[in-house]
Amino acid sequence: METFIGKPVKRREDARFLKGAGRYTDDIKLPKMTHSAFVRSPYAHANIRSIDISEASKSEGVVAIYTGADSCGTFGVPCGWQVDFKNGETMREPLHPLLAKDKIKHVGEAVAIVIAETLEQARDAAELVQVDYESLPAVTDARKAMEPGAPLVHEDWPDNASFDWCIGNDRAAVEAALNSAHHVTEMEFRNQRLAPNAIEPRSYIADYDVNAGKWTLYTSTQNPHLIRLLLCAFVLGIPEHKVRVVSYDVGGGFGSKIYHYTEEALLTWASKEIGRPIKWTSDRTEAFLTDAHGRDHVVKSKMGFDKEGKIVAHLTDEYCAMGAYLSTFAPAVPTYLHGTLFQGVYTTPLIHLNVTAPFTHTVAVDAYRGAGRPEATYLLERIISKAAKEMDMDPAELRFKNFIPPFDGVNEPGYQTQVALQYDSGNYPEVLKRGLEMVGYQDFRKEQEAARKNGKLLGVGISTYIEGCGIAPSAVVGSLGARAGLYEVGAVRVQPTGKVSVFTGSHSHGQGHETVFAQFVADKLGIAMDDVEIEHGDTDQVAFGMGTYGSRSLSVGGSAIIKSVEKILEKGAKIAAHKLEAAEEDLEYAEGKWTVKGTDKSISFGDVSLTAYVPHDYPEGLEPGLDFSSFYDPTNFTYPFGTHIAVVEVDADTGKVTLKRFVACDDVGNVMNPMIVDGQIQGGVVQGVGQALLEEVVYDESGQMVSGSYMDYAMPRADDIPMIETDRTVTPCPHNPLGVKGAGEAGAIGSTPAVVNAVVDALAHLGVTDIQMPLTPQRVWKAMQN
Amino acid sequence: MNISITVNGKIHTHDIEPRVSLAQFLRENLDLTGTHIGCDTSGCGACTVTLDGAAVKSCTVLAVQADGGEITTIEGLANGDEMHPIQAAFKENHGLQCGFCTPGMVMTAVDILKNNPDPTETEIRHGLEGNFCRCTGYHNIVKSIQHAAEQMKG
Ligand code: FES
Ligand code: FES
Repeated sequence: METFIGKPVKRREDARFLKGAGRYTDDIKLPKMTHSAFVRSPYAHANIRSIDISEASKSEGVVAIYTGADSCGTFGVPCGWQVDFKNGETMREPLHPLLAKDKIKHVGEAVAIVIAETLEQARDAAELVQVDYESLPAVTDARKAMEPGAPLVHEDWPDNASFDWCIGNDRAAVEAALNSAHHVTEMEFRNQRLAPNAIEPRSYIADYDVNAGKWTLYTSTQNPHLIRLLLCAFVLGIPEHKVRVVSYDVGGGFGSKIYHYTEEALLTWASKEIGRPIKWTSDRTEAFLTDAHGRDHVVKSKMGFDKEGKIVAHLTDEYCAMGAYLSTFAPAVPTYLHGTLFQGVYTTPLIHLNVTAPFTHTVAVDAYRGAGRPEATYLLERIISKAAKEMDMDPAELRFKNFIPPFDGVNEPGYQTQVALQYDSGNYPEVLKRGLEMVGYQDFRKEQEAARKNGKLLGVGISTYIEGCGIAPSAVVGSLGARAGLYEVGAVRVQPTGKVSVFTGSHSHGQGHETVFAQFVADKLGIAMDDVEIEHGDTDQVAFGMGTYGSRSLSVGGSAIIKSVEKILEKGAKIAAHKLEAAEEDLEYAEGKWTVKGTDKSISFGDVSLTAYVPHDYPEGLEPGLDFSSFYDPTNFTYPFGTHIAVVEVDADTGKVTLKRFVACDDVGNVMNPMIVDGQIQGGVVQGVGQALLEEVVYDESGQMVSGSYMDYAMPRADDIPMIETDRTVTPCPHNPLGVKGAGEAGAIGSTPAVVNAVVDALAHLGVTDIQMPLTPQRVWKAMQN
Repeated sequence: MNISITVNGKIHTHDIEPRVSLAQFLRENLDLTGTHIGCDTSGCGACTVTLDGAAVKSCTVLAVQADGGEITTIEGLANGDEMHPIQAAFKENHGLQCGFCTPGMVMTAVDILKNNPDPTETEIRHGLEGNFCRCTGYHNIVKSIQHAAEQMKG
């Protein structure tokens, strides 16, 4: 019988995408649908003196115009995570209004919505809305925002801090260890602000059905149930059971489509006001100005070593920008998703991280592919490579010296870090060993030496990362400030004919759930993949769900489905035993049938299914039907890890960096579909390379974004990138049924420091020790001249 | 303005505003939503179609400019149920994840292989320069086009 787990099964979702038949939100047209456009502030910080909609209201096709003065002006979007100050003061949490009323706090903030019969009419009328602003000084830099006298983003509070936070060992102990260390390496840099840039812009359609008193919200989101919950219970105060949220195909998310955005709530509110559906689709400039950004940390760090090169202590202080408002998960990103990874893959005995999180006159920062973990990895992997150079050691050797020894989490216990987490299982030396072999490290060093003599600048950069994903045990995150549980729901409905419908709260926006989930369900039930259908993305179909982010779909969502599969098999066995006139314990299940052990007496899955729905000859007291739903709450995070190695050439005349090779040896636990895992790694790696070499959101002093288009914000294109060489080791996760860890973010977490390390390595003989990302030719060239 | 455009072999005559882009015309007037809009400013290539045999970014062509022209969109590529070799190669090589850039990638690949049936990896990457993919890292898109080239050579 054909099995599917671990095989590169081709994706079943591809046919519709390849034929242009995907169902993205902007593709949907509803009867009587109106269109909308927003009037947005051109200033970062301003008082709104007046808004005049009289001309706009007369414009052709206009159905309605709303401003903050209307009743929607009282609603605001809340934050989903609370991190209080170290001194116990409550996190400062401003309401994010659906439309700004008196005050503007970032460029692009919405002031009015114009609803019209056509998109062109809505846009034309929006241009006629007259807003009188009084422009005010702005602050966009996280560190400057905390300087005395900085313009305040929210005047209710004495300074711009939203919260501060620390983790790890006692600061004084860490400082003492640094003072007595044999060698201390220091770094100061900025982990620059990035725009996630899913190629599909955000898109929403809100549809209020006057007769039924129900709403349907079509939305490009990664987590439809979470949006429904926030929208109903925390923003508009409308009954949750009368709202359906639908998210069919979504054109990439990378975090930016997790959050509940003001436009979603405003459209939902307005569709009831006008009694018609309303569509809004962001354009690319709006996406740059209003989608939550990522990163934006200002970092100052010290790492101490003993004579042998063992790390003795690590101390870091960071300013992490929140933006003007707190986006859904924003406070968790530079704290619990960041500081908890400061152990890395090393035995560092003393660690302390201190974070200050200020408001800035910019759009919000929140989780972007990797969320806090790329920032932690960048810091650790850069500082270790820098230290190796300073101590005249090989960067690979320094890492081998400091690795946590292998442990499987079953026979050996998990590894307790200094920063709260307990790693599940890992074999860190092995991935570095494999990575070095793949790249041919020793030979490369010789090649590099020879090239240098000919004026050619080659460099190699290593990164050995760990990340925490499979988010997350509800009780743990609850105690850390999360306002939601982070379990997942998976339901398995066996139809009378033995065909299987699976309903999952996970959401696919490129990850291939329709294929991968069907692979393991088919295997566990011993049936054909064609007999399994995966449903997701519709709150009316799926009981509940927390959605897809933090590489959690398979480890959490998949585990919920497995639980339901187990319940199906348990109940099926009772029916089978009855039909076979045998004891349950005498049965075994394989290849889609229950067999009485040691005999040829058996009954198929299909026959048992039919019996469950036509229960004529049926076990006494057993309910008919084969349909189970389960909630799975993980007992721990999962911890994928790996080694990424970049080889670069720097043009000696221009400073242009060419990525010659990229090698990735990752361990994501058990692998359900290697083709999809490789694809996730390749895509993630390239996003991380983008941060290293190309990408940066730039605001000027006045708070204008100067990188708000594809002309000004550089992302990797096909000819910037080589083929990505991938391999893996497999260290199963000991605490979930599939033994999986998650592969969605690993690529973006490991790759960035590998590239920067490689460039610095290429220029080391010129005395270059660090270059600020992104490594544009200009920056690299300048570094070479100094 | 009245325009008449042949799209995927069928003639469509419409009265449209001169400012309507070809991408909008395809999506809104013809309901051919396979052509995607990722930026509207020639930056991403998601809207790529072929106009009189050459790839164009339909967000930056006005529908009126395409008057009298012949357009192929992603919907017109397959032969009934049978996918075009480029479509088949994308599936075979996992050349897509979220699928949003995919129609533009496939239509650009049509153009690349039409002009150069046997491209090198570098030539393929160069040919894809105008198309963003944020999911795949391009690796499998390049492989898909290499594979398609082999298949199409027969
Ligand atoms: S939508 Fe045409 S290039 Fe982006
Ligand atoms: S597959 Fe998602 S953008 Fe290319």
